[in-house]
Amino acid sequence: MRHLLDFQGWSRKEVEDLFETARLMQEVLARPVKKVPALQGFTVATVFFEPSTRTRISFELAARRMSADVVSFSAASSSLEKGESYKDTLLTLEAMGVDAYVIRADAAGVPHQATRWVRGAVINGGDGRRAHPTQALLDAFTLLEALGSLEGRKIAIVGDILHSRVARSNAELLPLLGAEVWCAGPPTLLPERLPNVRLTPDLEEALKEADAVMALRLQKERMAAGLLPSLPEYVALYQITEERLRKAKPHAVLLHPGPMNRDVEVEGTLADSERSLVNRQVQNGVAVRMAVLYHLLVGRKA
Amino acid sequence: MRLLIRNVRLLDARGERGPGDVYVVEGRISFTPAPVDEVVEGEGRYLVPGFLDLHAHLREPGQEAKEDLASGLLAAAKGGYTDVVSMPNTLPPVDAPEAVAALRERGRALGLARLHVAAALTLGQEGKRITEAALLKAAGAVLLTDDGRTNEDAGVLALGLVQAGAWGLPVAVHAEDASLRGNGVMNQGALSEELGLPGNPPEAESARIARDLEVLRYALRQAKGRPRLHVQHLSTRRGVELLREAKRAGLPVTAEATPHHLTLTEERLRSLDPLYKVAPPLRTEEDREALLEGLLDGTVDAVATDHAPHTQAEKEMDLLRAPFGIPSLEVAFPLLYTELYVKRGLPLARLVELFTDGPRRVLGLPPLHLEEGAEASLALIDPAPKRVEPSRFASKARYSPWAGWVLEGWPVLTLVEGRVVHRVV
Repeated sequence: MRHLLDFQGWSRKEVEDLFETARLMQEVLARPVKKVPALQGFTVATVFFEPSTRTRISFELAARRMSADVVSFSAASSSLEKGESYKDTLLTLEAMGVDAYVIRADAAGVPHQATRWVRGAVINGGDGRRAHPTQALLDAFTLLEALGSLEGRKIAIVGDILHSRVARSNAELLPLLGAEVWCAGPPTLLPERLPNVRLTPDLEEALKEADAVMALRLQKERMAAGLLPSLPEYVALYQITEERLRKAKPHAVLLHPGPMNRDVEVEGTLADSERSLVNRQVQNGVAVRMAVLYHLLVGRKA
Repeated sequence: MRLLIRNVRLLDARGERGPGDVYVVEGRISFTPAPVDEVVEGEGRYLVPGFLDLHAHLREPGQEAKEDLASGLLAAAKGGYTDVVSMPNTLPPVDAPEAVAALRERGRALGLARLHVAAALTLGQEGKRITEAALLKAAGAVLLTDDGRTNEDAGVLALGLVQAGAWGLPVAVHAEDASLRGNGVMNQGALSEELGLPGNPPEAESARIARDLEVLRYALRQAKGRPRLHVQHLSTRRGVELLREAKRAGLPVTAEATPHHLTLTEERLRSLDPLYKVAPPLRTEEDREALLEGLLDGTVDAVATDHAPHTQAEKEMDLLRAPFGIPSLEVAFPLLYTELYVKRGLPLARLVELFTDGPRRVLGLPPLHLEEGAEASLALIDPAPKRVEPSRFASKARYSPWAGWVLEGWPVLTLVEGRVVHRVV
């Protein structure tokens, strides 16, 4: 593994090895002094061309817990329109000796382009609608903790599938681990086809006998774009409620990549219930990202 | 200068003859031996009429960092083109007779491939008020188009067709429905959804072609002259079908296809490289096959490059922000010679017709054949294979989706009325 861009070409074994490391990292994070010297001397840059707080903090903590130096660069996408160049930004960081780049951008493909320009490892921190691989890894890791194995498990992803990089990355990763993935959402927010995934506008069909449900964040601008008639209609048809979750298996768990629109995608009381793994996802995010950085930086030196 | 091209195979839209000796005397073709200043060895090579490109973006005035007339017309000459139609979507757009005259003058002064100017169909290419077709024609415009823009208002297009038709000017259209195209950056379908890229559906093209054909019918009814509609850069199977039906029905409509739509598909976007971002987008293999059928049965009249150069930095932006376009003047012929003739067996005379008489017909020009007394605007084609090396392009755009491809059929000598504008022999 030289870069983490998406899961094209990944094997189940590689994912399992990574999770093995993530479990060790969880132990580190459980200690009173949550720091190891594993990445001492390495420099990790978070390069965010699209704003994000949670993902950035998660990556920066992950790097610091392993003693890496961390630098961060952020530019609003508006400054890109003014002609600021991705390439120049990355080459500047490269010249300063950065070893790994966590790149987030509103356009699909920017991390892929970056691999043509820099020698360091590139981690996709979310690119357009394309992929958000570390989110999918932490989701899968959290699901494995809760369900033991994903073999033959039915996972329902609900909401705006069309614009979701989280859905796309999960749709690549979860089947690799043996899960059956269903995606449900409003017809205008469903793609025509996604590989390895069942698509349906019918929430009940997706929830039926599901082992886990992942609600996606609904971007309110989809309504302005005319893709959704109204928020009340969305809530009426697609909100995950305790009542609806009864269609799923009794042990079924709830995930959400955050930030959550409370009482829109998920009923508030359900979000706070013990079936909700939302905070566990955030917690696991740091351990999984530590594992990713470790594999890319130490793994490639060895 | 008097020139002898010795022992060369003669090839034009009517077929292949020879080998024989061709003399170029006072800008004309002759088969009668005469004293010459220079002899060019033609053995193993083809002599063809010079190519005409209906669709090039030479970016002058206003965007000379991307291309200018000097670099663009030299690139054309290197590609075997003796004639190039420049698109009017410059800064400012070419929408006035003075602008047409000034461009023609500059083109003439350069003495490279000949420049033909397409003017805007509407003022500022804004799609609202039609331009002065009569005066534009008098200033030398050969075609009217709002290329790059999509003529949303059917009434304005109808007026433009009636007006241009009266003066014998064809109207060319960038057939895409803007509301269906949305912010699409690649073909819409399973792949765009897998890659998570905003898609441009094939129906954006066919819906617009269907509408434009109806507008043409309407204009024909209104017109005194004979309006002619030319559909640019056809990219979809359904678009080809609509054109085929329209031609069968006798409508005065023509169409072009580009080298990239004929040789590449959306699969290239898997690389997530904006190099392949073009409008209309690269489509599926099925669409590509339909375009090839269209070339064979005459539905497609011409190969046009849609040569659209940008700076390297612009093309290195992300897929949402990088501009649309692929530069291709220098490789168009060898590319299709190799991919369509050598590999697919497209008849060679038909291929040459698509670069010569086909586009000439669109502009209402007479055919150009290799016969005694014909204008010596010619290209000498060498079948020897050579690698595409963008770093050696004359165009300012030194990147290419075909970089590294090994192609046959490179133009090694280009003559405009007997004058050498490009040579590597």
